[in-house]
Amino acid sequence: MTNINSKTPMEEMTIGGDIYQAGNAMEFKTGDWRSARPIFLSEKCKQCGLCFPVCPDNAIPVNKEQKREDFNYDYCKGCGVCAKTCPFGAIEMKEEGV
Amino acid sequence: MAYNLKEIVANKPSRFTSGHRMCAGCGAPPVARHIMRALKEDDHAVVATATGCMEVSTFIYPYTAWTDSFIHTAFECAGATLSGAEAAYQSMKKQGKIDNTTKFIAFGGDGGTYDIGLQSLSGAMERGHDMVYVCYDNGAYMNTGIQRSSATPKFADTTTSPAGTVIPGKMQARKDLTKIMAGHHIPYVAQSIGYMNFKDLYEKAEKAIYTEGPAFLNVLAPCPRGWGYPTDMLMQINKLAVETCYWPLYEVVDGVYHITYKPAKKLPVEEFLKPQKRFKHMFKPGNEWMIEEFQKEVDKRWQELLDLEEITNRKTEE
Amino acid sequence: MGIRERLSGNEAAAIAMKQINPDVVAAFPITPSTEIPQYFSTFVANGTVDTEFVAVESEHSAMSACIGAEAAGARAMTATSANGLSLMWEMIYIASSLRLPIVLSLVNRAVSGPLNIHCDHSDAMGVRDAGWIMLFSENNQEAYDNTLMAHRIAEHKDVLLPLMVCQDGFITSHSIENIELVEDEKVKDFVGTYKPEHYLLNEKEPIAVGPLDLQSYLFEHKAQQAEAMKNAKQVILDVSKDFEKLTGRKYGLFEEYKLDDAEIAIVCMNSTAGTTKYVVDNLRKQGIKAGLLKVRVFRPFPGEEIAKALSNVKAIAILDKADSLNSAGGALFEDVTSGMYVNNVHVPAVNYIYGIGGRDTKSDDIESVFKDLLEIVKTGKIDNPYRYLGLRKGGNK
Repeated sequence: MTNINSKTPMEEMTIGGDIYQAGNAMEFKTGDWRSARPIFLSEKCKQCGLCFPVCPDNAIPVNKEQKREDFNYDYCKGCGVCAKTCPFGAIEMKEEGV
Repeated sequence: MAYNLKEIVANKPSRFTSGHRMCAGCGAPPVARHIMRALKEDDHAVVATATGCMEVSTFIYPYTAWTDSFIHTAFECAGATLSGAEAAYQSMKKQGKIDNTTKFIAFGGDGGTYDIGLQSLSGAMERGHDMVYVCYDNGAYMNTGIQRSSATPKFADTTTSPAGTVIPGKMQARKDLTKIMAGHHIPYVAQSIGYMNFKDLYEKAEKAIYTEGPAFLNVLAPCPRGWGYPTDMLMQINKLAVETCYWPLYEVVDGVYHITYKPAKKLPVEEFLKPQKRFKHMFKPGNEWMIEEFQKEVDKRWQELLDLEEITNRKTEE
Repeated sequence: MGIRERLSGNEAAAIAMKQINPDVVAAFPITPSTEIPQYFSTFVANGTVDTEFVAVESEHSAMSACIGAEAAGARAMTATSANGLSLMWEMIYIASSLRLPIVLSLVNRAVSGPLNIHCDHSDAMGVRDAGWIMLFSENNQEAYDNTLMAHRIAEHKDVLLPLMVCQDGFITSHSIENIELVEDEKVKDFVGTYKPEHYLLNEKEPIAVGPLDLQSYLFEHKAQQAEAMKNAKQVILDVSKDFEKLTGRKYGLFEEYKLDDAEIAIVCMNSTAGTTKYVVDNLRKQGIKAGLLKVRVFRPFPGEEIAKALSNVKAIAILDKADSLNSAGGALFEDVTSGMYVNNVHVPAVNYIYGIGGRDTKSDDIESVFKDLLEIVKTGKIDNPYRYLGLRKGGNK
């Protein structure tokens, strides 16, 4: 855990703004930016793989069996690129909060 | 080894994490992430960015979205900054102070690459540092709010080349940076895009990273906000950029041109222009000449590329 | 003890760099510092150093490359002058804010325009608030000695700030003088090896350097820099003491020359101090109690210590080799007088802007300043505290 925040006294902050925990942006959830939610329709999915690389937020987990899993909504910003890319209609966009 | 997207994504964890703050649907993160995946898993990397969208959204104190070492200094000097880190590596390696394998990759937008950072990039490439410079070209200064750059296509409506009643958008054609870099006679130069299963991008990134010496990649990275298209259309826009030959995919290996994708049937460029609000004024009655002129420029550059491919390959065969 | 040599100031700086044997040097030529990277390239070409020399295409890139190299874990050095430093300006701030102990050899020259290649301090004064430690050198020996001490100061864990060693363009950079060099092995031991705690090339701990640092954080990061600058004062004194043990040459934050019982004194930096010492000696022979305070450490500024050292003087002239064009006075004048004010030392003080664009400042000029001070002591009046020395001016003086 990154224990630096807007209450941290100067003596406890890293100097120069350096960060020594590479990749700690994972602690910053961007899912609340979403206004539309992608729904994964697994029965329609052919595991073609075209949706994995297009996600700007790496919110489509792929397991060791090389199969995609359900969305990681902690990070998905709801851009819809995956839904538009899927050739099989296996991703549907639904408006959030409706 | 044949390219297998599923295998790569399943086995190589992303080195550009979630939790970054680039806009929803931004074209740049998929490009950066896939390029980073072309690194061998055991190799360490030092990534440098020019100031721009990617920098201000991937390393906001105290969070970094890079799992490798990362440095940002200023707008115009990603090339020079990274060349210093590479020189440190060469020196320390020679002296036995370090023993790992580190690769050096810079990312800059078209502002930091075509314009303000061109000198620093040119210097770094000419000096022969073992590094890759990647331009993610979104065709304007998007970070400061869509001002024109020398990568902005002709007639595009930007906030400093607005389509007005007298001047219809940007009046100059796009600079051809990839050819400028080829003119440096470095071992590897390529132009790519995120297309289909990203094979083109991955293979070029791999060659760029693992070719000894300087390499340059120019990758089109659409910006939904700046170009004015719905966020979900990223891959359709990319496809049209390639199929109209607006953004040809090619590489220059030791001076020899190879076009890596030739559309079976070249689409009219208006198909690429039409979905984008920045070109909307070109479709008003009376402005047909703008589309014609744009098409002519695309045709001319495509033909030039075909000729270069022919000429440079002929030379090597002799 | 030591090796007797005859070297120019640029050679002295280059030889210090050779003995330090940094991992990376990135530099771009500009008069009058050009010789430093030239000499150094020869050391690289002949394999006498392990350094990677990066022949960058501009000074902006020189400092950028030094930043990249230092952040990567290397010792990085460069040299420049005037417009070269101006072009670096953006990166000068970035180097200090990233807390990278880069060492720069600054051969002082007038910043354009109009173009002039000769010495004044307008280049250094342009970066005085940039968070660099700034050491000034009267002669070749001091330029050499300051360079040897630079890394020990800059890399100290309580400091971690970049450092520039200044010397006067042409006046010392191109004048050959006797010098005593330290043996290579002794320099190596004195300077030590650089072991940064965090660095880019450490694959076991990848780090991120140079964030977007917004309202919640930048203030604290700047205050950390200010704290480091305060710490630098004691570190400079400690390192100087060690250096004295090694060489017998004594350095403080400033040098007091016949200041103990002085009634009138000049405060200045770099080579003008040499001329002033000559004049002080002459005046002393005439029974005039003149003295000199030569500032060595300009950043961190030893305001309190300077005020104390000047507290018994009856009138002071502060000489600035750069005009601040602010209708109030030069930078050194403002720093010295504000240091005196806040430390409750109230001595009549005047400022002389002198030597702009390499205008010669001779012993007669310095003597005229002391004569002015005598007048001030006598009348207790200062008509105009912001004066010029050696300027041609028509009409009434």
